[in-house]
Formats: sequence, C-alpha cells, structure tokens
Amino acid sequence: MANQISDDTIEYVGILAKLELSPQEKERAKKDMEEMLDYIDKLNELDVSGVEPMSHVFPVNNVFREDIPTDIDGSKDALFNAPSVKNGGFEVPKTIG
Amino acid sequence: MSKEYETVIGLEVHVELATKTKIFCSCSTAFGGAINAHTCPVCTGMPGSLPVLNKQVVEYAMAVGLATKCEITRYCKFDRKNYFYPDNPQNYQISQLYLPICRNGGIEIETEQGGKKTVGIHEIHMEEDAGKLVHDEDGDVSVVDFNRSGVPLIEIVSEPDMRSAEEVIAYLDKLRLMIQYLGASDCKLQEGSMRADVNLSVREAGAKEFGTRTEMKNLNSFRAIARAIENETNRQIDLIESGEKVVQETRRWDDGKAYSYAMRSKEDAQDYRYFPDPDLVPVSISDEWIESVRAKQPELPTEKLARYQSEYGLPEYDAQILTGTKKFADIFEAATEICKKPKKVSNWLMVETIRLLKENAMDAEDIRFSPVNLAKLIDLTDNGTVNSTVAKEVFEAVFKEDIDPEKYVEEKGLKTVNDAGALRETVETVMKNNPKSVEDYKNGKEKAIGFLVGQAMKAMKGKANPGMVNEILKELLSK
Amino acid sequence: MSLTSLTAKELGKKIKEKEISVKEAVNDTLDAIEKKEDKVNSFVTVADKDALLKKAEEVQKKIGEGTLGGPLAGVPIAVKDNMCIKGLLTTCSSKILEGFVPSYTAEAVKNLEDAGAIVIGKTNMDEFAMGSTTETSAYGATKNPWNLDHVPGGSSGGSCSGVAAEECVCALGSDTGGSIRQPSAFCGVTGIKPTYGTVSRYGLIAYGSSLDQIGPVAKDVTDCALILETISSYDRKDSTSMKREGLDFTSALKDDVKGMKIGIPRDYFGEGLDGEVSQAVKGAAKVLEEKGAVLEEFDLGLVEYAIPAYYVIACAEASSNLARFDGVKYGYRVKEYEGLHNMYKKSRSEGFGTEVKRRIMLGSFVLSSGYYDAYYLKALRTKALIKKEFDKAFSKYDMILGPAAPSTAPKLGSSLDDPMKMYLGDIYTVSVNLAGLPGISLPCGMDKKGLPIGLQLIGDCFQEKNIIQAAYAYECTREYRHSPLSDVYQVGGRR
Repeated sequence: MANQISDDTIEYVGILAKLELSPQEKERAKKDMEEMLDYIDKLNELDVSGVEPMSHVFPVNNVFREDIPTDIDGSKDALFNAPSVKNGGFEVPKTIG
Repeated sequence: MSKEYETVIGLEVHVELATKTKIFCSCSTAFGGAINAHTCPVCTGMPGSLPVLNKQVVEYAMAVGLATKCEITRYCKFDRKNYFYPDNPQNYQISQLYLPICRNGGIEIETEQGGKKTVGIHEIHMEEDAGKLVHDEDGDVSVVDFNRSGVPLIEIVSEPDMRSAEEVIAYLDKLRLMIQYLGASDCKLQEGSMRADVNLSVREAGAKEFGTRTEMKNLNSFRAIARAIENETNRQIDLIESGEKVVQETRRWDDGKAYSYAMRSKEDAQDYRYFPDPDLVPVSISDEWIESVRAKQPELPTEKLARYQSEYGLPEYDAQILTGTKKFADIFEAATEICKKPKKVSNWLMVETIRLLKENAMDAEDIRFSPVNLAKLIDLTDNGTVNSTVAKEVFEAVFKEDIDPEKYVEEKGLKTVNDAGALRETVETVMKNNPKSVEDYKNGKEKAIGFLVGQAMKAMKGKANPGMVNEILKELLSK
Repeated sequence: MSLTSLTAKELGKKIKEKEISVKEAVNDTLDAIEKKEDKVNSFVTVADKDALLKKAEEVQKKIGEGTLGGPLAGVPIAVKDNMCIKGLLTTCSSKILEGFVPSYTAEAVKNLEDAGAIVIGKTNMDEFAMGSTTETSAYGATKNPWNLDHVPGGSSGGSCSGVAAEECVCALGSDTGGSIRQPSAFCGVTGIKPTYGTVSRYGLIAYGSSLDQIGPVAKDVTDCALILETISSYDRKDSTSMKREGLDFTSALKDDVKGMKIGIPRDYFGEGLDGEVSQAVKGAAKVLEEKGAVLEEFDLGLVEYAIPAYYVIACAEASSNLARFDGVKYGYRVKEYEGLHNMYKKSRSEGFGTEVKRRIMLGSFVLSSGYYDAYYLKALRTKALIKKEFDKAFSKYDMILGPAAPSTAPKLGSSLDDPMKMYLGDIYTVSVNLAGLPGISLPCGMDKKGLPIGLQLIGDCFQEKNIIQAAYAYECTREYRHSPLSDVYQVGGRR
C-alpha cells in the first residue's frame, strides 16, 4: 500500500516542526516521507496484539532528587551563547498572548 | 422568544507548588531572584541537559490527591507536550497526559443558588512551568526570563460540573484553602501561584448534550473570573441565537476592557504530539508510600471547622472565619494553646485583626505578629493591667511590629490606674470643669455620665480603670 | 615514529614509567593531526595548543605527586562533537550550533579528565548523529584513512578515522543505531557500545534518548575496555543511568573462549550481505570455534522489523530533542525575519541540513494527531517483541556473532541520494540499541579493495565482559593492521 503524502500534510508537518521548505525541498520531502512510510508499513505485518508498548528497556522506577536548592547564579552561563540579549534576558521578536 | 440556557463550566487550575527547588533541577524557586539567576542547563534547555524528578513534588501531588479523594495512579509517567514558544526552553513541556498521578476525585461545595453538590475532579497531574515573557515597551521585542521555567505545577482538571460563577468561586475557594492547609502552595491568584482557566459552554436547559466549549485564560482575580463567565455566557448565547456556531477556541480575557478575544493563530496547530519522555523513568507508588503521605496530612479545613465548634464551643460563623485561612487557624490555635481563652482569641482575630487587615490592604497570609504576643495581651487585659481601650492601642503595635505587650505597656506607662485616690482627684476635677453635664445628670439625663466618664478617661490618657471611674462618679454625683 | 602509533595503554604506560612526558604525548598528537587533517578531516575543533600544554603540565605534576596514577593519565583522547565540554566549541557538526560553547562538561568526559586523560579536540560526525557516512556534517565529509575516496562510516566517523589515521590513540564516540560499531568496522578499529544506562548521557547532545550511548573507539579491545571502565559511572544527573556492579571490564581481557556458546543468526546471512564480508565473518566464527567456543546457527526472528521500528522511534524522539534549536538561546539565528514563527522557521531551515530536516519531519509526522498509535506505539510494541527475541536467544547463548555492516565502506557521495538504502545498512546494529544490549565491533579481515571488514559480537544486557573476552581472544589470533595514513604504514612495515 503506497502512502500518499499531500502538500497539505507537508505544510502541516512544517508548521509542527517549524521548518520552511522550498518547493523543490517540499517535493523531495513528500517523496522521502512516502518511501519511508511505505517501509515502516512493514510493521503492520507483525501481530502486536496484547503487547505493551515498551518505552524503557529496563524496569527501573522512582529515580528522585531531594528538594535541596543550589545557591548558584546561573545567569551568566545561561546568556553566554545567546544570539540576542536585552536587559539580562533572551530577546525575541514580539509575541502576543 | 428567548430560551432558557444553562451554563456548563469546568476548570483547569494550575497551582505552583511550594517546593524549594524546581521540578527537574535543583535551581531555587525562591521569589524575586535577579533575571535568569535561578537557572541551570536543565531549565534553560541547554543541549545535553537531563531532567531529574524532585520527590517532594510527587508527595505534594499525592497529598492534594488524597485530600480531594482521588485515586492515586500507582504507576504513572511523564509525557512531553511539544510546542514552540520562547518561554518554553526545550520547546516541549514535560507534563503527564496518559497516566496522570491522581484521578476521579471530588470537592464538595455549597452555594446559595445551587445548594450542596460535589464538583468532580477528573485528574490531577504534575508538570513544569514555563519561563516569563516580558513584552518590551520600546520595541518589537519581548524578553525571556527563565527563573520560573521548571517551577513545579500541579494541574487540577475538574469535570464540567459547575453551573454558575458562584459555584466556580466556591470551588476555587475550597480548593485554595485545602491546598494552603496542606502547605503545598500559597495559592495566590494575583501572584500567579494559582491560575484558573475556565472551560465554558452553554446549552438549552434540559438538553443532554454539551455545547461547544471555549477556554478562557488570563483570569487573575475572582472578580475577573465572575465577569468573564458572565460575558462569555452571553457571547455564546448571542452567537447561538443568531444562528451561528460557537467555535472551539482559546480566548484571552481582558479585565480592563471587560471583553475577551480569540488567541488562535495559524502558526499554532495545537497538535502537541504527546509521547512518554524517554529521559525520565516511571513513578511507582506503593501502598506504604500513600499511607505515609496520608499520615503526614494535617487537619483539613472541614475537620477544623467541626472541631472548633465542638471543642472550643465557638459558633459556626466564628469557626468559619477562623478556618477561612490557614494563617488565622494557626494563630488561633497557637494563641489558645497558650492562654486557654478561645473565645477571646477568636474575638481579637475576628474584630481588631480583620479591621487592621482591611485598613492596611493586607491578606491574612501577610500577618506578621506572633500568637505568643496576642496571648500575652489577652492575659494583660484579663488581669486588669490594661483596660480595653488601651488594649486596642497595644494591639495595633503588636499587629504592626509584633512588640512584646508586657514590655510595651511598661515602657509607655500604659498600665491602668487603679489607685482610688488618684482617680477620685481626677473625677473631682472633671466634675468641676463640666458643671452642665453634672447638672444634666442630676436632672435625670443618665447618659451624661458617659460623657463625664469619657472626660475622666481622656484626662488620664485612657489609662483609668473605667469601672472604678464609673463607680466614683456615681458616688460623687449622688451627693 | 609518532607516539600516536602506540595504543592508549602503551602510551599511558610510557608516561607512567617516565619514558615520555605528557607534553610530548600532546605535542606528538597535535603534530599528527596537523600532518594528516588535510587528508581526512577527522576534527571539527582542535583544542588550543597553549591550553593543552598547560593542562599537560598540570597532569604531569599530579602524576609526579602520585595523585594521578591510572593507565589513562596523560593520554590524549579525541571526543565526538556531540559531547559538551566546558569552554570548548561544540557543534554536533551542525550549522545551527555554530559558535556554541557549553558551560558544563559531559559526565563521561569528566570521568576521563578525572583520570588524567587530555581532550585533544572534537571529532567530526554526521550532523546530530543522523547518518551512516559522516557526509551530512556541515563541516565537510571525513575520509576513510584506508581509501580517501571512501566514507569512514557514521555517525562517529571522525572518531574512528582519527584513530585509524593515528591522529590520536583513542576517542569517544556515540551509538544510537550503530554509530560506533559501523564506522569502527569501516575504519578497521575497535569500538564498543555499552548496555544502555552504563555511561551517563548527561552532556551528550541527545538524538534518540532511549537509544543513545557513549562508547570508546580505539585500536584494540584492551584500550576499549580500559576507556569503558573509566567512563562508566552511576550519574544522578541522568535519570536513566543504571547503578551497576562489575564495571571492571579489563578483568575480562582473557584469551579464553572455551565453552562459550555463540549463536549465529541465519537471518543475518541472507540477501543483501556482501560475499566477502560474509566470508570474513564466518572465518572469524571458525577461529573462535577452533579456540573452544561452541557455535550454533539459529533463527533470531524479527530482524527485518528492527529498522522501521528504529527509525520511527529515533526520529520521533529526535524531532522533540531538536526542537530546542530555535535561535533563541544559543546557536544560529537568521538575520532577517518577520516575527517569531518566521524566525523559528528560517533559523531552523537554514541551520539544519537535509538529513536532519528529513528525520525531524518524519518524527513529527509519526507523533502527530491520528498517527501516534499506528506508528509510534506500534514501534514501541515491536521494540518489546525484539527484546523478547533477544531474551530467548540469550537463554541459550552467551553472545551473538554477526557482521557489523552488510558491506565495506561505500564511496563518498554514493549514499545520500538514496536514504532508504542507507538506512538498510543499519540492519545489524539497530536492534542492539532497541534492546539496550552491549555490542563490540572489531576488525576481522579486508576486502579485495583493501577496505576493512568488521565483526560484531552482541551480549546480553550487562554482559560486556562476555563479549570483551571473546573479542580479546579473537584479537589475539590477529595482528593489528595499520591504515595507509599511519606512520607504520608510511615507513613501509608492520609494527
């Protein structure tokens, strides 16, 4: 079963992933995705009924930290690589809401 | 011909937990740090950083769940909610979707219109807060502060069981009080440690299906909530009546302008692509752990309310006020413990304290005086060291500066004058200076004695024993 | 002869015995890099010489005082450019992280530095570890020291070529779907991916969080065991870090495989496997058998489902892990934009390369509304089944033997146009990451073109010692072959 990826889907995924593709890149992306999804459809051959999805390979639970604060001023390190800083904060184009 | 409509409301309440550190890193959650000071690679989304869960967050979440009669999910996980926004350093928020820590609880409320009912709690889950975006005045820019990023939140999602603003406020009040009692958060709407989003839809009275609901954000006070509910209800009814459909959307309330607007944007698909966070392991909660959290649970407001009436013999009205904030209850119990005079402590809190709070535009949480000093003052009044007028004056000093009443009275020379001789002298002087009042009294105007007592008190700078003054006056006037 | 022609252990020993100084080791390494970098392009960043010599002095002093006495003290090591090192440029071979200097060091690297090893530079890789040829790097492709027209493999191509070219004696790589094992095979060196959770991921820039592990790349099993011992630790900063006993991997360096049960999956030797590779790997199996191991063919099952499951999971996690690269906090931000979302889109579209964008798109898609169950959950269920298959196999065998890759290193420029084909090359390695198992890749022959062939041994979880021992025993029957770029080769002889 061949997967058909529409222009709308590529557009949509681009919004989700915050990626802007040129028209050629979009065509390429459609083709790539279709191929990959066709291959991934192979998984449908497997009978996975009754199998729990396994997120973590090892059954480790309850890894915690105690509620003890560090007393460090992290501002210098935080801003060190920032492309644009204003008034001690990360400057970004204006957002609404 | 206008139909009858019913408003259906559900709430999503976010509560900032009172832990000392953030949920996934050891940065301080203390208020008022310099911009971006309380940060580290984890809460600023630096590449290669990893989250580690703060155990206290789990315990607070469990405590709130138990207090709201929820089922604790024995095996819960964290999921990533993926969306892009500058206050979100990783552009995903770690939250819980598939297996939230608490489910299926409820809170009992009582309102005038609706009577008693239980508002269901669908679920409670843990998540991290985002940073703060400050919009810059003189430019097309905003500035991000990550101090708040990673502060632990619990989100309490109610069932759509509420039908009026009154019910919403009752629910929030009860929830807030309970969480304050647990010490899990200070729940201040104005400061943002408690935030309520209102999900609202309308339907014809008697209809079984729910209408399309909208979500309202930016409600920073009970007043704003009440106004927004009314406004949105009317807006939706208007739409329906004019044949249009209500659009499911998120709206932002502007309390200054008393209206809301849709926050929808083409750029945000609202498809969060939740999946289990691979950097965190599941939380497995044992019976023992639940019992230990339950054992640590302090007495809750409803329990206190009942106990204050039965144990201290206080009327329900008084008990309600005293249990109305954790601070009042704490002071009441501590002061009563010391002086053993519950009715008197209650009175000082209900009258003078509330008066001073109002005067100074303060909340109960801002009270700074110690119950020890209140207890001392009560004892000083009872044993006659100060009279009731002076006591009020002393209390103001206790309230403002938490002074030790004994020392204060001593230093300021405020002790009640009980010396009959000195009092008699003063009374005689007052009678001499106010012959008209004396005559009025002798002519049958009983009330004139009050004036004379007042004058005598004034002459003695309020320190006279009013009872004795009264007696002496009566004696001298009858001559 | 440059000191880089030695193994890490030999170099460490010479330093300890005061035959050579740490400074000499550092200088020789820098000279080797300078001499050969033009040809191979293994490094994105070489650390500043003055800083390195200063460090060398410090380490030398501590060795003299006796506070640093381990086998890696004073040994220069290269680190793949996806591990953060305080004060050193870290780029993941991507434009989007250009200029990024971390304020913290990855725990694995910290462990090395605590042992006295000296980080000589950051090695080239496929951008964000996504690739099998190191051609997707934004800083140019790395060449295979055995034949400069061929790829070194990926994504830890720079680490493997650096060791093979003898620019450095050892390196750290990372492995998400074979990124240590496959390039090690292509470059004729040895590499280990440990059991998931053995080496802390703190400071490793994440690609597929549930699959990533850091591991050693070196000339032989001994060096790898030594380095692995040093970098493994329980780290509280990493919630997936495992508390493990028995991290003394060097105790497994025994030339003894008597009685070891080795399973050979029939499914590994089907269509798609290059004839010469098959022959060399089978030859290695025979050698182990002659040394007393018990070999048996068996059906592993589900082998063909590992790649689609891997790509769904890895791309999904990557799409989320790479969301943080947005031009706000660090890295590349486009100069001209209209509003916030435009800035995001432009910065990311210009900052990321094609392969990365491809995987982010796929990952976002498989997680999106309506597809989560069909793709992501299904992949996680497949992962559970694959683990079960391995559990079954390890109930019978001590380890599994097979090729590390279906071919030897392809030519440069021949892989990127057909990504599907490239992905299929991961067939032997991805299932090991899915199941969290340890795997070692080491040289077992050459093809007619003169390119190295790699053997892979896969162990049950936490059983690195088994595969280290078998690998060591096999290695004892062979001589290390130096690449054409090595000094030994240059002077026309073997060591």
